[in-house]
Amino acid sequence: MKSGALLRTVRLGVSSLLLHKLRSLLTTLGVLFGVSSVIAMLAIGEGASAEAQEQIRQLGSQNVILRSVKPPDDLVSSQQSRISSYGLTEGDLERVRGTFPWVRRVVPVRQLQQEVRFEERVLSPRVLATVPSYLDVTGRVLFEGRFLSEQDERETANVCVLGYEVARHLFPLRSPIGQRVKIGSDYFTVVGTIVPRVPLGSDAPAPGSEVTGEVLIPLSTGWRWFGKLQVKIRSGSRDMEEVALHEIIAEVDRPEHVEAAAAAAREMLTRSHKKRDYEVVVPLELLLRAQETKRIFNIVLGSIAGISLLVGGIGIMNVMLATVTERTREIGIRRALGAKRRHIVVQFLVETVVLSVGGGLVGILLGLAIPLAVEHWAEMRTIVTPTAPMLAFGISAGIGVLFGLYPAWRAANMDPVEALRHE
Amino acid sequence: MPGGNGAPVAELRDVTRVYHMGAAEVRALDGFSFTFRQGEYWSIMGTSGSGKSTLLNILGCIDRPSSGSYELCGHEIGELADDELSELRCRYLGFIFQSFNLIPQLTVLENIMLPLFYQDEPPAEGRERAETLAARLGLGERLRHRPMELSGGQQQRVAIARSLVNDPAMILADEATGNLDSKTAEEILDLLDELHGEGKTILFVTHEAIVGRRAQRILRLADGRIAGVEEGMKDGR
Repeated sequence: MKSGALLRTVRLGVSSLLLHKLRSLLTTLGVLFGVSSVIAMLAIGEGASAEAQEQIRQLGSQNVILRSVKPPDDLVSSQQSRISSYGLTEGDLERVRGTFPWVRRVVPVRQLQQEVRFEERVLSPRVLATVPSYLDVTGRVLFEGRFLSEQDERETANVCVLGYEVARHLFPLRSPIGQRVKIGSDYFTVVGTIVPRVPLGSDAPAPGSEVTGEVLIPLSTGWRWFGKLQVKIRSGSRDMEEVALHEIIAEVDRPEHVEAAAAAAREMLTRSHKKRDYEVVVPLELLLRAQETKRIFNIVLGSIAGISLLVGGIGIMNVMLATVTERTREIGIRRALGAKRRHIVVQFLVETVVLSVGGGLVGILLGLAIPLAVEHWAEMRTIVTPTAPMLAFGISAGIGVLFGLYPAWRAANMDPVEALRHE
Repeated sequence: MPGGNGAPVAELRDVTRVYHMGAAEVRALDGFSFTFRQGEYWSIMGTSGSGKSTLLNILGCIDRPSSGSYELCGHEIGELADDELSELRCRYLGFIFQSFNLIPQLTVLENIMLPLFYQDEPPAEGRERAETLAARLGLGERLRHRPMELSGGQQQRVAIARSLVNDPAMILADEATGNLDSKTAEEILDLLDELHGEGKTILFVTHEAIVGRRAQRILRLADGRIAGVEEGMKDGR
């Protein structure tokens, strides 16, 4: 059939469908919602997964993170006032530094419970005492000024770097660089600010503390001013905690060695700690797990999408079968006037494809609109990959052909004599 | 020109058409032999069950004989595939039906042009030809209308234009006036007379004696066989 003839067939198909506007509209709804939900769900899933992977990547895919964890409460007596001592020690740090294979850089982090003030503004961010390589190893980015230096570390200098949120809160109208903020009872000069990062689940602030953002000071300064003991006042009781280091971040030289290094770290900690007051976080493992989760999600999504599109296709086929029966006489007339079987097949196939592609196209528009709405109202990140609409379009056209074939075949194989006699 | 000397258009030899109704066997046509020639205007008459519809279906190449041979314009149809039959219908036949059988979603012009649409190589001047035919049949103002917007007589004119658009060797009319009032029927019959006068071959199946007598000749059928051949009221023109 020539392209002109096909074009005419499409036009005639559309005019046949327009004879029953409501019926055609209802018929397309199945494919419409199927396609739009596929696109929307893919976009939301893609967005959530990208966010999770980004958070994990920010931890450093080449890092092994050793973290202090407060052991379960039953291990310490529930006295009114007590000192609980747990977590990573300087000994652990030395062992990681000295004996760990493949480790390139080691970054110890101490977290202090201190208030940060500037003039009348007060905040309780995470105050982290750490070393200059922290910035590099954790992949953080400097926003303004400079980061902590080796010299600061040697001189136990009273300098600090503010997280972006802290800087914005304490210095809403001016640059914080060179200003002096009060941390605990001492004054620190602000030397720089760093770009915020998306918070990760286990990085969330401890309950009860109003932590927003973070403040970084040299490790040596932290030891000097704040010591090991920390006092937490919580609902009337005073908790004292003795934690030497809250985190040891070990950067491994190559991604292939991450797993071995993590295993070594776990073994080392098992041997040197009596209690389970630590955890080993391997961002790479989390990343792989996230990817696996995404894969499963995609399979589930694909099945749901497949079923909904199947339902849509069956709906179309059902209506087309009814249409074929209803138009038996027309088929007879066309056959008598010289239509070949393939003309009839093409005619009904075109109508089915017009229905399903029409539904598919509107479905794509709706499917592109839903992620925008979700982003706006639910404040979730969504990513529409260009393949999703194309895939959806291909599927809807495929449904048209697949589910149109049988009704078209039925139409083409009617006996013209019988068809002409049909009332 | 009329008479027994035109070139054969449709030649049937010993055609039998058997239907199986459960265990019973019905011979709708039983050893039917006849030749319709170029330029003839026949009415085919008979009571219901006489086999006239079956004969028309076979002549129209939408049904095949159970045995015997049918040659349409030199093509033996017994061995042809379905597609080839479609092509013969397209090239050599025009159909006029009792209930007009126009396609409702198409305009008058599109309905007239429909047979051309199914030709392997539609003539370039097809639209022009359809418009000329429509004008001749008094439908010039109605080309963009849908069939439902026309009167019965007008619809049948559209059907006649459609049957002429491919310049067929033979026009098959099946009770073409059956759904029309007598005045409109008369107009349609006049039109067929006119076409016959131009040398068209027309086979008109009817059970109405008044209508049947308008043809040049009458072929009477009974029980699937020829029961008689008579001259019509108007012998040619």
